[in-house]
Amino acid sequence: MTIPGDRVVNPASARGDAPLLELKNIAKRFVRPLDVAQRMANWVGASQREEVVHAVDAVNIHIREREVVGLVGESGCGKSTLGRVAVGLLEPSIGERFWRGASLAALAPAAAREQQLKMQMIFQDPYASLNPRRRVVDIVGEAPVAHGMIGMRQQVEYVGLQLNRVGLDPTLMRRFPHQFSGGQRARIGIARALAVKPEFLVCDESIAALDVSIQAQVLNLFMDLRSALNLTYLFISHDLRVVRHISDRVVIMYLGRVVESGPAAELFATPNHPYTQALLAEVGSVEPKKRKFTPIRGEIPSPLAPPSGCHFHPRCPHAMAQCREIVPALEEIAPGRFSACLLNVGGSTA
Amino acid sequence: MSDPLLAVGGLRTHFFTRAGVVRAVEDVSFDVARGEVLALVGESGSGKSMTGYSIMGLIDSPGRIVDGTIRFEGRDLAALSPEAMRQLRGSRIAMIFQDPMMTLNPVLRIDTQMIEAVLAHSKMSRALALERARAALVRVGIPSPDERLRGYPHQFSGGMRQRVAIAIALLNDPDLIIADEPTTALDVTIQGQILFEMQKLSRETGAALLWITHDLSVVAGLADRICVMYAGRVVEQGTALDVLGAPRHPYTRGLLDSVPGNATAHARLKQIPGMTPSLLELPPGCPFRSRCAYAAANCDLNPELRPIGGESHAVRCFYPLPATTT
Repeated sequence: MTIPGDRVVNPASARGDAPLLELKNIAKRFVRPLDVAQRMANWVGASQREEVVHAVDAVNIHIREREVVGLVGESGCGKSTLGRVAVGLLEPSIGERFWRGASLAALAPAAAREQQLKMQMIFQDPYASLNPRRRVVDIVGEAPVAHGMIGMRQQVEYVGLQLNRVGLDPTLMRRFPHQFSGGQRARIGIARALAVKPEFLVCDESIAALDVSIQAQVLNLFMDLRSALNLTYLFISHDLRVVRHISDRVVIMYLGRVVESGPAAELFATPNHPYTQALLAEVGSVEPKKRKFTPIRGEIPSPLAPPSGCHFHPRCPHAMAQCREIVPALEEIAPGRFSACLLNVGGSTA
Repeated sequence: MSDPLLAVGGLRTHFFTRAGVVRAVEDVSFDVARGEVLALVGESGSGKSMTGYSIMGLIDSPGRIVDGTIRFEGRDLAALSPEAMRQLRGSRIAMIFQDPMMTLNPVLRIDTQMIEAVLAHSKMSRALALERARAALVRVGIPSPDERLRGYPHQFSGGMRQRVAIAIALLNDPDLIIADEPTTALDVTIQGQILFEMQKLSRETGAALLWITHDLSVVAGLADRICVMYAGRVVEQGTALDVLGAPRHPYTRGLLDSVPGNATAHARLKQIPGMTPSLLELPPGCPFRSRCAYAAANCDLNPELRPIGGESHAVRCFYPLPATTT
């Protein structure tokens, strides 16, 4: 394995080369059904159609054991939807999920429930994702008791261990969420996810709501937990600096499609897709140098009516006539690196 | 240097709540010269927004400016009558908020709102005011302004709304624009566009910019000078080069180290331990000392902001870091 940062070769991953989680040809559509007035209009000959949002469109992602995959994109690009599909909170409209090579859709309900414990999610908003009327001991301790991992009597002791692990004082477990700061609440969310001993975590903008100095603490915690518990992450963020720091591999999404993916170090050093190049140009540094801001044109189009062909072509500085018609496929441009741009096919790389 | 456009001296804004006195702004002093970009940087609760609100005269009960002077072109704003302050606000001093919906009225068309802002400060016909509104929209890069003028705020995307808010701030050619985290809620590509417009505008119009933010990387590319705030105080100030290139206060250093991207990937970030203290039960002395690696016994005395090295570089610390860092 040549993934940077992956120093320990895990016996489980050496056993077979099936990735821990694989998403094959996943699509997720949200449909708004016609209301009564529109249906009646259709009766008399109008042609009202249902509104369909292609939140995720034919995405293939594999996540190897102990790997941190960063998922990057702007708001509305479908990264959170994909995260929810990956963890099982949303059913994909098309496509299948595979866990260590075995299809998850084929599992019996009992086995599926068992399997689901191995995948957990840490949410964005540390304020909204904790029930304000429950104490921390119940928030963190409920799932392990419900799933029979521990008895009710062991709950206090078990929650204490979980809180210790994320750097919270166990004596605070009788408190309610509002008595904690944002950073502490993020830690409670992490403790809750870890309480059922997952192998795979989806972190959806989990540190975006925190102050810079607290972000660094939580980011460090994520990295410590990863090496201590052999965790695999799908790390969703819009912050490229955070993703560059924590990820082994990066996937860039734009309007529901993957436009580029590859090992983090290589992708950040030599971005291939024009969208990735534009995103990277916006990453600020804290060097005290006057910067000339050179933005890309336009805004993300509505996913209700995405542009034809390559979704990025209306904003792309290198757009050609054929970009309007052909949907570029995700092609391997170097070992392990994929990009969906017609410039690569035509031969003239920007 | 000639008379500064804005001179804030010893500003103290306190909130008298039932739980106690919250000292949101505690002894803040800085100058802004014409055409200069000054950044107020700090985390949540550092008092950076309250400093901006104090200058605009937007502090509501139970808050009160208890001490200090705010001089705008030599006039003390605190001594102005509410009517005189209203004349100034929106014409000579304008403010852009984090959430553009705080500026925009959701039930009025954009043209109504913009014409109102023009006519509030100058006598002219509606047609002329509309023309000025249109020109302002063009200036911030809004395509098809005539159509957009007839739209309602909900028909605009977040980035477009923020542009409209900026256009409204520009309507009366202000001398000073206070921008409170105007790009925080936006996507990175949109943030780049807004920063580009603001940079262009401050160059073209010569307006001074007071940029309030928590994001050091925005400030690094934009600001001439930087004030770093912590727990209501300015802990370090100086040129962007001094503050970011050779920080002398342990908090500034810690803040810079907390930003990933400086450190090599996968390495542990140097974090600041602990969390920002509650302003309610702030013990006397340096507010940072409980998180500071260099704290000593006399840190429970309050350090003064004192000059150190280079031009206008000042730091509020008994044990500033050595000058040779980074």
